[in-house]
Amino acid sequence: MNRIQNFKNGLIKDNPVFSLFLGICSTLAITTSVNNAIGMGVSVIIVLTVSNVLISMIRKITPDEIRIPVYIVIIATLVTIIQMLIQAFAPALNESLGVFIPLIVVNCIILGRAESFASKNNIFDSALDGIGMGLGYTLAVLAMSLIREILSTGGILITNPFNTAQVLLDLTLFPEDFTISLFGSPVGAFITFACLASLVGAYKVHLEAKENAKEK
Amino acid sequence: MSELVTLLVTSVLINNVILNQFLGMCPFMGVSKKKSSALGMGVAVVFVIVVAAIVTYGLYYLVLVPLGLEFMELITFILVIASLVQLTEMFIKKYSPSLYKSLGVYLPLITTNCVVLNVCLVNITNTYDFSHMLVYSVGTPLGFALVLYIFSTIRERLELSNVPKAFRGNGIALICAAIMSMAFSGLAGIV
Repeated sequence: MNRIQNFKNGLIKDNPVFSLFLGICSTLAITTSVNNAIGMGVSVIIVLTVSNVLISMIRKITPDEIRIPVYIVIIATLVTIIQMLIQAFAPALNESLGVFIPLIVVNCIILGRAESFASKNNIFDSALDGIGMGLGYTLAVLAMSLIREILSTGGILITNPFNTAQVLLDLTLFPEDFTISLFGSPVGAFITFACLASLVGAYKVHLEAKENAKEK
Repeated sequence: MSELVTLLVTSVLINNVILNQFLGMCPFMGVSKKKSSALGMGVAVVFVIVVAAIVTYGLYYLVLVPLGLEFMELITFILVIASLVQLTEMFIKKYSPSLYKSLGVYLPLITTNCVVLNVCLVNITNTYDFSHMLVYSVGTPLGFALVLYIFSTIRERLELSNVPKAFRGNGIALICAAIMSMAFSGLAGIV
């Protein structure tokens, strides 16, 4: 029960992006299209889960003073592997995500979870935490990219990352004359993020008020 | 020469790391509540980036390329950055305890500042020569420090204003960042 609760918290209430404000650099930068968001989300889930498992495995033999460098080396190795795989099998995705794949190394979510969760809990719980937090991140980038892509291009275009010629979903919601190109630019990223984060904030205020009422 | 000046202006103002490339958002949100800490963070970041960029650039072309180990760049760079930050910390602690105190926890956090790693990686992917590399590595953190300082002055004013409950804290700060980003995008015409 507790485990499921932990898992659910990562999705909305303690969402790493909107509520803990971790890993916002990549969230703002890669959410111009749903395609990129899915690719980034999946990469983060994989790196986060595997790094959580590995760090949890060696938590008893890692000396406390040098734990951060140890974590960073593990994460950097995993990211290098992911980067090579993406370069080999999904070159289009590699092009559009660009420098943000290597920058997963310094994504605060991963180091943060390693430090605050995986270094203290067993392997199974750490894996679950990695998947939960990774899904929370993916949910956040998906929500951002849906809003931004629809408003800036008038529809959604999802292609197969392994073969860009194959279009999986091509949806047009309104004609091009009514699009707001601002949402494709950095300004739109900040505005979308501010509104979504405030929405989650409002939800948390609402939850707290409900709990307070219950106590009375 | 004029090319270098263009690169400098571009990296400081037009392609600003924070407002245009969204790098270094964590310190941008975390350290911008007070003017003094924003200034200290800015100076520390400029120093770390310039040194890290020179060291990683040398390491890449003098060690990794001759050995055919280019794929190790990520691991090497992050280790260089982490140890450099540690070194800076020890140095400042020894020679200027007052500065060390005022920077506090933000000094070790520079390791996970994505601007540092980004500058090192971009120097390699864009195949800059030494002078371009130097200009880019000075310009980018200068842009970071500039925006961080301006943002902190705005946030000090925000503390006193009446903001809707849900937007309090980071929400309204992000709206301000959006407006700043809009203002900075107007500078794109000067080059």
